[in-house]
Amino acid sequence: MAHATGALAATDIDAYLRGHEDKSLLRFITCGSVDDGKSTLIGRLLYDAKLVFSDHLAALERDSRTVGTQGGDLDFALLVDGLSAEREQGITIDVAYRFFSTERRKFIVADTPGHEQYTRNMVTGASTADLAVILLDARKGMLAQTRRHSFLVSLLGIDHVVLAVNKLDLLGYSAEVFAAIEAEYRAFAAGIGLRHVTCVPVSALRGDNITRRSPNTPWYDGPSLIEHLEAVEVADEAHNRPFRLPVQWVNRPNPDFRGFAGQITSGSVRPGDRVRIVPSGRESTVARIVTADGDLGASVAGQSVTVTLADELDISRGDVIAAACDPPAVADRFDTDLVWMGEEPLRPGTPYLLKIGTRTVGARIATPGHLIDVNTGEHVPADTLALNEIGSCAIELDAPIPFDTYRDNRDTGGFILIDRITNTTVAAGLLRAARRGAANIRWQAASVSKQTRAGQKGQRPAVVWFTGLSGAGKSTVANLVEKRLHEKGFHTYLLDGDNIRHGLNADLGFTDRDRAENIRRVAHVAALMADAGLIVLASFISPFRADRELARNLLGEQEFIEVHLDLPLAVAEARDHKGLYAKARRGELPNFTGIDSPYERPESPELRLNASGALDAETLADAVVERLGAAGVLRPPAAM
Amino acid sequence: MDQLTHLQRLEADSIQIFREAAAESERPVLLYSVGKDSSVLLHLAMKAFYPAIPPFPLLHVDTTWKFRAMYEFRDKLVAELGVDLLVYQNPECLARGINPFDHGSALHTRMWKTEGLKQALDRNRFDLAFGGARRDEEASRAKERVFSIRTAEHRWDPRQQRPELWHLYNARKRPGESVRVFPLSNWTELDIWQYIHREQIPIVELYLAAERPVVRRDGTLIMVDDERMRLDSDEIPRLRSVRFRTLGCYPLTGAVESQARTLPGIIQEMLLATGSERQGRVIDHDAAGSMERKKQEGYF
Ligand SMILES: Nc1nc2c(ncn2[C@@H]2O[C@H](COP(=O)(O)OP(=O)(O)O)[C@@H](O)[C@H]2O)c(=O)[nH]1
Repeated sequence: MAHATGALAATDIDAYLRGHEDKSLLRFITCGSVDDGKSTLIGRLLYDAKLVFSDHLAALERDSRTVGTQGGDLDFALLVDGLSAEREQGITIDVAYRFFSTERRKFIVADTPGHEQYTRNMVTGASTADLAVILLDARKGMLAQTRRHSFLVSLLGIDHVVLAVNKLDLLGYSAEVFAAIEAEYRAFAAGIGLRHVTCVPVSALRGDNITRRSPNTPWYDGPSLIEHLEAVEVADEAHNRPFRLPVQWVNRPNPDFRGFAGQITSGSVRPGDRVRIVPSGRESTVARIVTADGDLGASVAGQSVTVTLADELDISRGDVIAAACDPPAVADRFDTDLVWMGEEPLRPGTPYLLKIGTRTVGARIATPGHLIDVNTGEHVPADTLALNEIGSCAIELDAPIPFDTYRDNRDTGGFILIDRITNTTVAAGLLRAARRGAANIRWQAASVSKQTRAGQKGQRPAVVWFTGLSGAGKSTVANLVEKRLHEKGFHTYLLDGDNIRHGLNADLGFTDRDRAENIRRVAHVAALMADAGLIVLASFISPFRADRELARNLLGEQEFIEVHLDLPLAVAEARDHKGLYAKARRGELPNFTGIDSPYERPESPELRLNASGALDAETLADAVVERLGAAGVLRPPAAM
Repeated sequence: MDQLTHLQRLEADSIQIFREAAAESERPVLLYSVGKDSSVLLHLAMKAFYPAIPPFPLLHVDTTWKFRAMYEFRDKLVAELGVDLLVYQNPECLARGINPFDHGSALHTRMWKTEGLKQALDRNRFDLAFGGARRDEEASRAKERVFSIRTAEHRWDPRQQRPELWHLYNARKRPGESVRVFPLSNWTELDIWQYIHREQIPIVELYLAAERPVVRRDGTLIMVDDERMRLDSDEIPRLRSVRFRTLGCYPLTGAVESQARTLPGIIQEMLLATGSERQGRVIDHDAAGSMERKKQEGYF
């Protein structure tokens, strides 16, 4: 829906279609404080673009009479105010996208209501906008909010700003008021680096200078709001910058075709162009630009393409194909600006995931250098960042990445941070510059403890103690559990009976005393590793209750999780993968647990699993991971 | 060549979304409903992975009550494109003969579509599903994410939706959770039609006007598509020139009277139309906010 119809659609639809398939697209964001008239303005744009259908219009007329604020006249705000109801229901309101088009352009409007979450919402809406419309109430003039909106727009690198000076009808369409506000705003905007500013005097309610120039403002000779939005050239500088294609997907339908698919983030490319693959540094030449509509002779920023190269290079998702003469730099330490969007504040030193382009890497964030007051632009000292706060932070990555600064390229210089445990997006970030060396990165200031070590790994330390008869499957299950945890990004270590006995405990045999000593040493090693912040998986027959209690006491109830792999001796003996039971029966292995040495069943282990073969090892491992989750081991550590 | 047109920009962004979602999931699937939005969705998927075919199957959650022309169209298209199609019909609905006449539109839709979809996703362990929803369809969708996380029970938790910045989508999830991805989020109905026209995308003929047997029921024109249609004694099907703006189960889908027998004709009628798209869909009339509720229950 939402389209203005010219007479052409009625008389010559084919001509209309030819014209309208070639419109360009402008994405903009509207910013304003409550009651400045933002909903009214958007409603008016939709209404004037004739994209309000009869059923909606009937509803509008009805609602205007019952709940409108205009004494029965059309209240345009009602067209877009579905969101207030949601607020009452407690639904997160952030960015609503609305669509309309005119004869010349299609528009996508990001509307960001709400004040509490204003920064988060506005930054989200602004990240994809080409232009910002900042609305203010002429009676109030420039407010702190106007400065805040403008500051965020400039932070996000939106080059084009329209200041809509609203409610001029209430001031008799005063040229002086408008001129004073315009002068003040232009001075401020220049100071924060906004380059293209247009000021328009409007009344959203009465429709002055919205679609057409108003007779009420004869002193104004600029364009109406829509005229400006239709004409403004944002054909962004991305086109003139060096070629970048972050590889999203490697396309291999058959052994003869190897294409690299992605969306060009800047520049242009033609077959025959020399390209460099970053970070590997290999070079090749573009062979073809493949699309379903046939090969292209050239393609530009914004297009999604698949390129093939003249040489067989090893390229994968996350690599960037770039102009060989002007490739992106590669680095793993950066100065960044972060806009915090998570409910929980930033935990400096804790690992997060950073997604930039098509690459995701581990990242640690230093304590912020300072926080930026969005109302004044001033720098304030800070230890962390909370929801809606913006700060400058150094970041260190697990691996180097190709990058352009945000100023040079929004698509290869903007990133998000993801919480490793909850998987939510907790921050938007802008790469400002690469850092040389780490000398002045300020990590966590507190002295280093078990908690900080574990915190740095984004986890809680624990020892998972697998006990059970020989052949119960302890090592198999412990291995699978370690693999799962490792895949989830946890730092783990597996202590296994066999390995330890070859090294640290090579001097011990199987007498009761030696068995006790074996477990005592292992328990201490496990405790040291937990102190280092690791999740330790210990897999030992550990037949004696007292020895296991020792381990439990060393670690404390919180961090010790005993898992009993339970099966009848007969089943273990029948299994006898290593032939040990047979040997023991023949008397070749004295003091073998179950045969001539007892196994003391745990009385109340944290988890008892039926290991007699009814469940496969994968299922058992799932159960362990689930138990760890329930025990809180897989939650992020408390904020520091 | 410098400025992309709005359709080129929408297409390129949708393709980017397809590739991103496929790269970040293990078992993706495309929800294919045979309608025009599905046609565009499938067309974009074909483009995104060309010259390979898309690395995921199509899933049609069927109700057995779609128009016959839809089934014919679906089977022919799938054969031509060489893509995999899974058809899922909720076995409980089959066994109990759930239908719109005896059970009402709400129950019919919930059991066949909402429950059917959940079952089909669970049984195949799909962790990501592409859908054709658009933000302009309805007020409650204006704020919907492109990547929308669903709980293990397929519920949409409005409080858990993630901010989406630039072209960076976060598809990470916990075991059991899944993602719904809407590559057409930023398309409007007009964009869809213009794109179908520009790209010559095949659509079910029911979108074009033709003489069809219909009865008028509660002010809505319902097509008598097969002998299962229950007619009151005073209802006599008459041939009228009608077309459909949306397609679903035939007893629940209203036709509009129209002479538009070509795509440009439809677009023209739509441009000059004064009623919004979903008026023809009986299910939406049930209650205000119904779409929001259905979404929370897992119907898209
Ligand atoms: N006189 C006058 N009133 C306006 C104008 N624009 C908005 N308003 C009124 O200001 C109030 C707040 O408008 P609304 O659009 O809801 O503000 P929002 O909170 O920014 O969305 C409403 O009563 C509007 O009718 C205007 O240009 N002139």
